[in-house]
Amino acid sequence: MTTTVTVVECVVCGADVELDGTTLQGELIDCDDCGCELEVASVAPFTLREAPQEAEDWGQ
Amino acid sequence: MRVGLLHSVIRKEEKALVQAFEALSDVSLSLIDDRRLVYQPQRKPMEVDVVLARSLSHSRNLNAVRLFESAGVPCVNTAEVIDLCGDKLRTSLALAASGVPQPELRVAFTEETALQAIEALGYPAVLKPISGSWGRLIAKVNDREAAEAILEHKATLGSYQHSIFYVQEYIEKQGRDIRAFVVGDRCIAAIYRTSSHWKTNTALGAVASNCPVTPELETLCLQAARAVGGEIIAVDLFESDRGLLVNEINDTMEFKNSIATTGVNIPEIIAAYTLERARQGAAEVAHV
Repeated sequence: MTTTVTVVECVVCGADVELDGTTLQGELIDCDDCGCELEVASVAPFTLREAPQEAEDWGQ
Repeated sequence: MRVGLLHSVIRKEEKALVQAFEALSDVSLSLIDDRRLVYQPQRKPMEVDVVLARSLSHSRNLNAVRLFESAGVPCVNTAEVIDLCGDKLRTSLALAASGVPQPELRVAFTEETALQAIEALGYPAVLKPISGSWGRLIAKVNDREAAEAILEHKATLGSYQHSIFYVQEYIEKQGRDIRAFVVGDRCIAAIYRTSSHWKTNTALGAVASNCPVTPELETLCLQAARAVGGEIIAVDLFESDRGLLVNEINDTMEFKNSIATTGVNIPEIIAAYTLERARQGAAEVAHV
């Protein structure tokens, strides 16, 4: 399993966000700079989007 | 064995489960994003031997599992369990039918009868939506004026589901409750959830600490699990003057705050259990 770090841009604040070979499509990531919750939209290549807003039937 | 992990977004829990499955030698893991599939009744949307249901959305979890089950794929938990645990009233009825101790409950369908129910239980009382998580829209009702206002708001602003008034006795829980994890026929771990707020959801900032799994706790949790048919569940309990009371049961439990806290590798145990269920399903098919 590769651990090569890839740096992508936070889609909210533009700060650097580090992803690596363990990162999964759909994974939730917090931006260390702005604190926004992001979702990994794709892994090849890595792209981010804002995480979906909490819905009424979410969680346990 | 081909294991499908049904999910929406990947939280820390799902990532830990992926790593746990990948550590098993005879598992081929498929990640099933509920946002990417089109389902057809009685057709497998993906060739898997078992599905571990981990969708963040209760509705998608329930309906996707129904569709996988219609195609003959065993799912953990089953659609029946997900449906039951996602409905606080159904859960309460199942617990009552099995004699599991729980807070007093009243249910009413109008503002007037809901107010009567609250006054019969006494203040404070707790009003809950029959479906929901993370403490959303749960109200501690301290007096009649608050009761009248909350009931009016729920009846006027909410969907019809919010006019199914689920009124629960308020338990003075001394700042904490217990969340216990059941996998199969074992209560594998438990945490205290401590907060200065009356709601003790970790999603709302409650702090987790280890709770010893006593024989009393394990017996009650397994009784609760059997009452709802749950295989992988979390049981929320109150410590009360009447002993332990079961408050709610969660079918797609979160556990990221509980692994280091309890020292129990919860995802590893869930992965092993899921694999065992796949083997059981394969054995049953082989004997048909």
